[in-house]
Amino acid sequence: MSADLTLILPEIVLAVFAMLGLLGAVYTGKDALAPALVWATSALLVLVALWVGLAAPETHTGFGGMFIDDGFSRFAKVTLLLSAAAVLAMSEGYMSARGLLRFEYPILITLAVVGMMVMVSAGDLMSLYMGLELQSLALYVVASLRRDSIKSTEAGLKYFVLGALSSGLLLYGASLIYGYAGTTLFSGIIQTAQTGDVSLGMLFGLIFVISGLAFKVSAVPFHMWTPDVYEGAPTPITAFFATAPKVAAMGLFARVMHDAFGNAVGDWQQVVALISLLSMFLGAIAAIGQTNIKRLMAYSSIAHMGYALMGLASGTVFGVQAMLVYLAIYVTMNVGTFAFILMMERDGQPVVDVASLNMYSKREPGKALAMLVLLFSLAGVPPMLGFFGKLYVLRAAYEGGLAWLAIAGVVASVIGAFYYLRIVFYMYFGDENAEGLDGGKSPVLWGFLMASAVVMVLGIINMFGVEGAAAAAAASLVN
Amino acid sequence: MELTILFAPLVGAILCGFGWRVFGETAAMCIATGLLFLSALLSWVVFLSFDGTTETIQILRWIESGSLSTDWAIRLDRLTAIMLIVITTVSSLVHLYSFGYMDHDPQWKGGESYKPRFFAYLSFFTFAMLMLVTSNNLVQMFFGWEGVGVASYLLIGFYYRKPSANAAAIKAFVVNRVGDFGFSLGIFALFMLTDSIRFDDIFAAAPGLADTQLSFLWGEWNAANLIAILLFIGAMGKSAQLLLHTWLPDAMEGPTPVSALIHAATMVTAGVFLICRMSPIMEFAPEATMFITFIGATTAFFAATVGLVQTDIKRVIAYSTCSQLGYMFVAAGVGMYSAAMFHLLTHAFFKAMLFLGAGSVIHAMHHEQDMTNYGGLRKKIPYTFAAMMIGTLAITGVGIPLTHIGFAGFLSKDAIIESAYGAGSMYGFWMLVIAAAFTSFYSWRLIFLTFYGEARGDKHTHDHAHESPMVMLIPLGVLSLGAIFAGMVWYNSFFGHADQVGKFYGIPVAEAAADGAAHVEGAADSHGEAAATEEHATAEGGHGAAGEHHLAFAGKPGEGALYMGPDNHVLEDAHASPVWVKVSPFIAMLGGFLMALWFYIWNPTLPARLAENQRPLYLFLKNKWYFDELYDVVFVRPTKWIGRQLWKKGDGDVIDGTLNGVALGIVPFLTRLAGRAQSGYIFTYAFAMVIGIAVLITWMTLGGAN
Repeated sequence: MSADLTLILPEIVLAVFAMLGLLGAVYTGKDALAPALVWATSALLVLVALWVGLAAPETHTGFGGMFIDDGFSRFAKVTLLLSAAAVLAMSEGYMSARGLLRFEYPILITLAVVGMMVMVSAGDLMSLYMGLELQSLALYVVASLRRDSIKSTEAGLKYFVLGALSSGLLLYGASLIYGYAGTTLFSGIIQTAQTGDVSLGMLFGLIFVISGLAFKVSAVPFHMWTPDVYEGAPTPITAFFATAPKVAAMGLFARVMHDAFGNAVGDWQQVVALISLLSMFLGAIAAIGQTNIKRLMAYSSIAHMGYALMGLASGTVFGVQAMLVYLAIYVTMNVGTFAFILMMERDGQPVVDVASLNMYSKREPGKALAMLVLLFSLAGVPPMLGFFGKLYVLRAAYEGGLAWLAIAGVVASVIGAFYYLRIVFYMYFGDENAEGLDGGKSPVLWGFLMASAVVMVLGIINMFGVEGAAAAAAASLVN
Repeated sequence: MELTILFAPLVGAILCGFGWRVFGETAAMCIATGLLFLSALLSWVVFLSFDGTTETIQILRWIESGSLSTDWAIRLDRLTAIMLIVITTVSSLVHLYSFGYMDHDPQWKGGESYKPRFFAYLSFFTFAMLMLVTSNNLVQMFFGWEGVGVASYLLIGFYYRKPSANAAAIKAFVVNRVGDFGFSLGIFALFMLTDSIRFDDIFAAAPGLADTQLSFLWGEWNAANLIAILLFIGAMGKSAQLLLHTWLPDAMEGPTPVSALIHAATMVTAGVFLICRMSPIMEFAPEATMFITFIGATTAFFAATVGLVQTDIKRVIAYSTCSQLGYMFVAAGVGMYSAAMFHLLTHAFFKAMLFLGAGSVIHAMHHEQDMTNYGGLRKKIPYTFAAMMIGTLAITGVGIPLTHIGFAGFLSKDAIIESAYGAGSMYGFWMLVIAAAFTSFYSWRLIFLTFYGEARGDKHTHDHAHESPMVMLIPLGVLSLGAIFAGMVWYNSFFGHADQVGKFYGIPVAEAAADGAAHVEGAADSHGEAAATEEHATAEGGHGAAGEHHLAFAGKPGEGALYMGPDNHVLEDAHASPVWVKVSPFIAMLGGFLMALWFYIWNPTLPARLAENQRPLYLFLKNKWYFDELYDVVFVRPTKWIGRQLWKKGDGDVIDGTLNGVALGIVPFLTRLAGRAQSGYIFTYAFAMVIGIAVLITWMTLGGAN
C-alpha cells in the first residue's frame, strides 16, 4: 500500500497543495494572496515536472494495475505540467490588470492538472474516468471564471452540458466494454480484444469511448464547443485549454488505444484516421472565415489535434513517438502564440480582431518577427520546428500504411497555411491606416513569446532531446 | 606547372570579372591576358619537353559514391599536350587582339563597362576548355564540356541588346543539348558496363565491350558500337557536324574574337578531341567509325557547298570551319586519329588567323560584314591583306605536290585525304577532294571580293577604312607563323613513319622485318599481341616494295595517347597510295582557284548571271540546304505548339484553373458551410455529436466487414 502511495506521490503533493491553498485563501483576505498563489503554483508545477521527469526510467504499476507510471505517462506529465506552469505564469499579469484574478483560479488549475496526471497514468477504466472528471469539473468552472460576463458564463455552460453528454457517452462505452470483457482493467481488456476477434458489443463500446475522448481533444465531429469556449473564456484560460488538457487527453487516448486495444489496432485505426482526417480539414477550412484570433486558434487547435491523431492512427511505436513530438511542439508554439495574443490590447482593453494587426511590424518589429516565426511554424513551413512535427506524423502515417491520410494531411496543411499567412500578411503588408494596437508591454509575456520563437528556430538542431525522450516513451507504451 | 596552366585562366577570369571595379578596367584586362600568356608559355614548355609517357596528376578527390569513385586529375599525354598549346596559344593571342577589337564597340554606349566582362568570359572559357582536355575521366570531361557550352552561350549572346544574338545563343545551347544528351547516355552506358568513368579503366575494358551486347531502345546492340555512336552524337553537337550544325553559322553573332577562339580553333574541335581520346573504344566499333566517316565526309561537302554562295564574311569562314571539322572526323573515322589531330592543330592556327583577319577587315570597315560592300581593300589594309592571304594559302592547301613542303593546311589536309583513300573509303575520299575544290573556290572568292576589284558599298566607309592597331596585328603575325610552318615542322610526328608517330604519342611500336621475323618492342609483351603482330607482318609482306622495315602500332588500349588496333594499318596504306591520289587535292585546289579567278577577277558579271540561270540551286545553297527551315517545321514549331498547349491549356487552364477553383470556389463555400454549422445553439452541437457517433459506428461496422 505504501508503495502505491509512493507511486502517486506527485499527484498527492499537488492535491494537498490545492487544499492548503484553498484553506489559506479562505482564512486570509480573499483574493489578496492570489498573485502570490499563482506564482507559487507555477513554481510548484515546474518542480513537480522536474521531479517526475528525472525519475528513474522504470515502469511501475500500483493499485492493482489501475495506476501506471511508465515512460509514456512521465513524458506526458512533464509536458502538461510545464505547459500549465507556463500558462499560469503568463496569466497573472493579464488577470490582475483586469480584476479577474481570483484565488480559486490557481487552485482549480492545480486540481485540473492532478486530474490530467491521473488520466495519462490510468490503467483502468475507473481511474480513467476519475481523472477525466476531475480535470473536466475544474475546467468547467475555470471556463466561466468571469461570472459577470455573459460570454464567459455561456462558454462555461456550453462546455459543461456538452461535456456531461460526452462523459455519458464515455461511461456508456466503458460499461459496454466491461460487459463484454468482464474487467475494467486495460491489461484484462487487451487479452479479450484481439484483432478480428472483437465482439460487436465491444466495438460499440470502443466507439463510445473514442467519442468521449475525441470530445476532450476537440476532434471533429465532437469539436463544436471549442470555438465558442475559446472565444468566451478569458484569454489566459483559453491558452490553458489549448495546451495542457490537449496533451492529457491525447495521452489518455493513446493509452486506451494501445494499452486496452493494442491487439485490435485494425479495428480502431480506421476510426481514428477518419476523425483525424475530418479534424484536419475542418480545422483548416473553418478557420479561414474567422476574424477573431481566439476562434481562429480554436480551429487551429482542432486541425493540430487532427495531425496528432494521425500519428496515433498509424498504430505503431513510431506513430506514438510522432504524436508525442508533435504535441510537445504544438504546446510550445501555442504558449508563444497565446503570449502574443495576451499582449494584444488597445487603450488597456484586450483586442482579438485579426485586422488590428495591420502593419504591426512597423510598430513592433521584434514581436512581429517572433509571431511570424510562430505562425510559419504553426503552418508547417520549413525550417521551423512545426514543419518537422508535421513531417514526423506524415512519415508515421505513411509507414503505418495510411498513405492516403498523409496525402490528405499535406493538402489540409496547404489550405491551413492560408489563415496563418494571412496574419503575417496583415502584420507586414497590411493597411497602414487601420487602427492598430498599443501597449502590451509585459516582460513576462514578451519573454515567453521570444523564447517560444527561438525554440522554433533552434529546435531543429536536435529538438532539445525531445525526440529521444518521445521514442523511449512510445516504446514503453506500445509493446 | 600543369596546375598553373590549368588554373591561371580561372584566376584571371575571377580577378577580371569580379575585381575590375577594384583595379580598374585596363588593369583587369591586363591581368587576364597576362595570366593567359603565362599559361601559353608553360604549355609550350610542357609540349616541347614532353616525352610521350602518360602521366596522371591528381588535384583532389572528387566523387565517392557507391562504386563511382573518381579524382579530379590531369591526364597528361600527347593528346592533352597538343590541345594545351592550341588552346592557350590561340586564347592568349585572342585576348591580346581583343584589346584592339573590343575598344569602342558601337554596341555599347559611352561609359558602359563591357570589356572586363568580355575578358572574364574568354578566360573562363579557356579554363573550361582546359578542364575538358586535361580530364582523366568522363565526368570531369563532361564538366569542361558543359563549361565551354556555357561560355559559348555567354559569348555568343554577348551583345545582349541584339535579339538576334540572344536567339543565336539560345540556339547554340539548345542544339548542343541534343548532342550532350547522346554524350551523357554514352557516359552512362560506359559506367554501367565498366563500372568506372576513369579513362584507364574504360580503355582497359574496351576489348571486352566489343563482345558485349547492350539492349537500348528497341533492340540489342553491340556495346562498343552503341557507345561510340552515342559519344559521336555528343561530338556532332559540339563540333557542328551535319544535322546538328545549324547553330555554328548563327554563333557568328558573337564578337569576332569569340568566333576565332571558340567557334574555329578550340571548342568546336572538342568533338574531334573526344573521338581521338576515345580511340580505344572507336577501334572496336567498326560500324560506328563508318558512320563517323560518312557524317564527316558529308559535312565537309555540304558546308563547302553552302560556303560558295554566302556573302557575310564571317559566315563564309564559319561554313569553312564546319567543313574542315568534317575533314577531321573523316580522319578519325578511318582510324587515322593522328591525322585528325594534325589537322586540328594546323586548322587552329590558320582558321583563327582567318577569323582574326576578318575581324580586322570588319574593324576597318566599321562593322560592315557583307562582302558585297567590300572590294579593293588590299591597299588600305596591307598587313591584314597579307595575313588573310597566308591564311587562304594555308586553308586551300598550297604546297609542292609529292614533297613535304607547303603551308600547314597542305600537309594536314592531304594527310587526311590520303588516309581516306588508304582506308578504302572511296565516298570519303571523293567527297573530301570535291570539298577541297570548293574550299579553294570560296576562300579565294573571299579574298577577291574583299581585297580586289572596285570598292563597293558605302563610299564614306571605304574612305575611312584604316589599318588595325598593333595589338591586333601582332596576333595575326604570330598565327601566320603557325599557318606557314606548323605543317612542315610536325609532319613526321603526326603523319610520318609508324615509329615516329608512335614515339610522338607514346605508343609502343612493334617492328617486323620484311622477311616476317617479328620481334616485339616496347611494352607489347603478351603472346597474343606478338602473334597478331607476326600475322600482320606476314600479311604486309607484299607491300615491302620500298624495302623499309614494317612497323605497326602495338600495345594495349590506353597505352599511349592513341590506340590503333593491330589490324589498323591506314598509315602504311596512306603512304602507299598512288600518285594521282596524292596530287588530287592539289589539282582540286588549283581548279577552285582558277574558277574563283574567272568568276571574280576576269569576268565579275558571271556570278550574278549564273545565280540567275541556276536560281533553284542558288537558293538551295544560299538557304543552307533549307536545314533551318526544315528544323523549324519538324522540331521548333511542334515543340512550341506543345509548349504553348501545356502552358495555356495544361498549366493555365487545368492546373491553375483547378487550384483557383478549389481555392476561390470550393474552400470558401466550405468555410461558409462550417460557419453556418457553428450556430451557437447547444442542441446543434449535441446533435452533431450524436450524428458523429452514428457515422463512426457505421464507418467501423462497414470497415470491419472488410
